[in-house]
Order: sequence, then C-alpha cells, then structure tokens
Amino acid sequence: MKLNEKEVEILEILQKDARFEAADIAKMIGLSETEVTETIRRLEEEKVIVHYATLVDWAKMDNYTGVTAMIDVKVTPKRGVGFDEVAERIYRFKEVSSVYLMSGVYDLSVTVEGKSMNEIARFVSEKLSTLDSVVSTTTHFQLKKYKHDGMIYTSKNEDNRIVVSP
Amino acid sequence: MNVTKSYVAKSVERMRPSGIRKFFDLAATMEGVVSLGVGEPDFVTTWPVREAAINSLERGFTSYTANAGLIELRREISRYMQERFYVEYAPKEEIIVTVGASQALDIAIRAITDPKDEIIVVEPCFVSYAPLVELAGGRAVTIGTTGKTGFKLQPEQLEAAITEKTKAVLLCYPNNPTGTQLDRDDLELIAEIVKKHDLLVIADEIYAELAYDRPHTSIAALDGMRQRTILINGFSKGFAMTGWRLGFVCAPQDISSAMLKIHQYAMMCASTPAQYAAVEALQHGMSDVESMKKDYRQRRNYMVQSFKEIGLDCHLPGGAFYVFPSIQSTGLTSEQFAEQLLLEEKVAVVPGSVFGEGGEGYIRCSYASSMAQLQEAIKRISRFLEKQKGRAI
Repeated sequence: MKLNEKEVEILEILQKDARFEAADIAKMIGLSETEVTETIRRLEEEKVIVHYATLVDWAKMDNYTGVTAMIDVKVTPKRGVGFDEVAERIYRFKEVSSVYLMSGVYDLSVTVEGKSMNEIARFVSEKLSTLDSVVSTTTHFQLKKYKHDGMIYTSKNEDNRIVVSP
Repeated sequence: MNVTKSYVAKSVERMRPSGIRKFFDLAATMEGVVSLGVGEPDFVTTWPVREAAINSLERGFTSYTANAGLIELRREISRYMQERFYVEYAPKEEIIVTVGASQALDIAIRAITDPKDEIIVVEPCFVSYAPLVELAGGRAVTIGTTGKTGFKLQPEQLEAAITEKTKAVLLCYPNNPTGTQLDRDDLELIAEIVKKHDLLVIADEIYAELAYDRPHTSIAALDGMRQRTILINGFSKGFAMTGWRLGFVCAPQDISSAMLKIHQYAMMCASTPAQYAAVEALQHGMSDVESMKKDYRQRRNYMVQSFKEIGLDCHLPGGAFYVFPSIQSTGLTSEQFAEQLLLEEKVAVVPGSVFGEGGEGYIRCSYASSMAQLQEAIKRISRFLEKQKGRAI
C-alpha cells in the first residue's frame, strides 16, 4: 500500500501520541479536519493503524506482582507453512503479548505477561515446551522497565530553560 | 575616602537594559506559567552529541584549541556550509569558531567599525545588534520593516537609509522575532544595492537550518556577495545546543584575520568539549536536525492556524521558531498585552516593541515547546481575548 506524505505525517503524529484530535492534526499538517478524520478512518480500516493503547507503568502500583518474561524459542519449521503455524499456536495464548520471528540463534521471541513467576513457569513448561515444533526455550524475566516504545519510564518532565530569553 | 563618582563608562551607562528582562523578572516569580517567551529549542542536545563531549573529557582533551578552533571542526564547518548553503570557505583562513553566534556578531562588528561608521540594523530584530554597534563606537541606523510586507526588508527602505558613512548592513533571516525568511529573489534586490554602494553585509543566519517551506538561501551564495559578506551561523538553534555556546563566522581572509585578532585577545578560543561535540553534530547529526525541523514545522502550522481561529492576524513565517501575530485588534500596546496576558492567564510572550521599530502591535510567540504546552497556551490566549472583547463593549 502506497502512503502519501500527509498520511505518513498523520501516522507519525499518532504514533507519538494517539490522543491528538483530528482538528489539531489538521492545523499541524495543513489539511481540513474532515480530510484528517477520513484519512484516519481509512488507515484504521486498512489495519495500517492497528490499535490504540495506553502505556501503563504498573510498577507504580503498590503490591503489584505481575511479571514479564521474554522467551527465546527454537522451533522446527513445517513444510508449506514455515514458522507461521507454530507462531499462531503460540500467539493464541492470551498471556502472550508479542511474538516476533527473529534472525540469529533462536527463531521466535515471545513475550509473556503473568501474574507471578509461577504462572509464567507453568506456561512455559506446560503450554509452550510441549508444543510439537518447539525444540527448546530460554526464559528471561524482566527486572525493571527503563524505556518502552520510545518512552522513558523514569524521566521527569523537566524544563530547565529560563522562562523568557531573547 | 568615599567613592564620589560612578566608574561605569558613559557609553555603557547610556545603554538601555534589554526589554525582555522585565518580563523575565515578572514571569520568574510566578507559578504555573506557560511560556511562549523562550528563544531556545525545547529539545535537549541529542545523546550522541553529548556523548562526544563526555568522551573528549574522558580522553583528557581539556586544553585550549587553536584560536580559530579545532582544525577538524573547521574542516567540518567548511564541508557543511558548502553542502547545505553552497558557500565555500577555507578552513584555515576563513572560518573562526566562536562562543555562540553572539560572540561572532561582536567580533564581526568590532572588526569593521571605525568611529562614527554607520551600520544599518533592520528591525524588528534580535536585541543585541544596536548595542553591539554602539559599543564598537559605531552608529546603529535602524530601518523598521512592517507587517504589511511580511516584515521583509524593502529595497527602497535600504536605499533610503544609506549615507556616505554607511559601512555595513546587518541582516538576520530567518528572522528572530518575526520568523520571516528572504528568498533568493528578495536577496538579489538587496545585494544589488549593497554592491552599488560598495557596502558589507553581516549576515546572522543562525536560524538557517530552520526553514520550513523552502530551503534557506544564504546571501553569501549570491553572485559577487561572498567577498562582501561576513556570514554568521552556529549550533544553538538547528542542533539544539544553546547552552554549549558555540557558533562560527565565515568571511574573506582579510576580514577573518581582523576578527581573529580580536578573538585571540578577548576570548582565546571557544570551549574545547563543545567543539568536540560540534564535530559529532556535523558528522552524524543531520538526520536529528531534520526530525526536529519536522516537529517545528507542525507546531508552526498549528500556531498560525490557531491564532487565525481565535482572531489574531498572523503571517506564515518561513523559518526560525517564532510566530509574530498582530494584537492591534485588541487596542492594547504590545507591552500592555503581554503584561496583562501574563498576569491574567499566566502565558509569557514577548512584546514586539522590545525588538525595535516595526515590532509595536505584535507579540513574539516561540513555538519551541511541546504541543501540549502550545495547546494550553492557545486555550488561555483565546480566553484572554474573549475577556478583552467583553471589556471593549
């Protein structure tokens, strides 16, 4: 699908902040509000815009026990369907938040979110490792989130500039 | 014995403090101010550039550099100026690295000004031009541009201001505070007059990287202008490096040698870590400049459209990061407007009048702030204008 300059600009703006309103985007890129609304609707329909979500820093919540693990998975690809079939079998589990096919020493990078370490351990041993095509898994638990999707989690919004300058 | 006299030089006593100062003092005491008064990028210098400076410190590069700056940096500047603006300057003889474009201005003016020489300053403009000319013993002759012509210097205005004593014309495009850009056609007309009267141009092109609709044309790139131009640029605006205080000046060899004499006695050299950072900026930082520029362009469009919507006339500025809307419809002076807006809605803007002739009736609004801040500022200004209308009836 070929995107024009304005469409790319709309996507870049929304990728930085999905809450920008069509009226403001229109002013920023020199289109009418209707044109922007229409373009966004089309991009949503085409699934170029996949979804809008919110980045949440759960670590801020008291007593939060949730854990995230990144699992390197080696698999045997199948004739005809390659890696797609096993990837699909994996991403259907609701605790799996992302699946990527990777170059390098393993094949799939799987991110799993669970309520506890135990829950993830159970998922890996009972659900993931037991899949026919899975050869091996290596599980890494995330300890702290510093930066995610381009956003720094620990930064304070400080503006040290003097208020008025020539 | 008691001190009975002032030791301050008469020339300095006569100087008026910058009009911006007053608003700074007032705004600095207030909480919750949304500032459109800031003349510097909201971006932090990119990490690779900061890291280059840190690396230079780790390696112990803490001594002076050559007076004119690291030769490595001057070579990069030479390449950069050639590639971006089609002007050629020899790294060894024609480029001096300075402490910001501000110091470049100072040595440029001092190097060419004899007592009573007149230097034409085109206003509204950056607040330091006229004072620097006066400090150098010259006379600043001001021309006021107007909103009617989009604050473009008109050839006939220039012609009218020239006398036998005129030595140089100081130009700043893209302009602070109006954001006005001069295109090649506009510059050609000015260059003709400059050549006819055998004048020099001091071109403050510090905002050259921030030109949004058409690429910046340097006046030094025009036919026959290289030998009569002192070209000033720097890292503050385009590369978001204001606090590093690093600029440079390019000029034909005889003028460069003269400036270098002042520079070596008054400054020795620019900061060494900053120079290493600048090398990195020029070698690998251009894509970051482009991406900042894209953000600025969107914000500019947003501000101009928003001002129109809330009823303030505003021309579309081609560059820099300022919009300069007219507030004449409110019946207030620009200083009254800025002061009341600050007190009532806590939005800091700079009254156009502090930038000299032609600035009255306008306010300078910097859009070097996040979109969220700009949206908030527009909301408050809109509310302020509604209240003003209520008062008028």
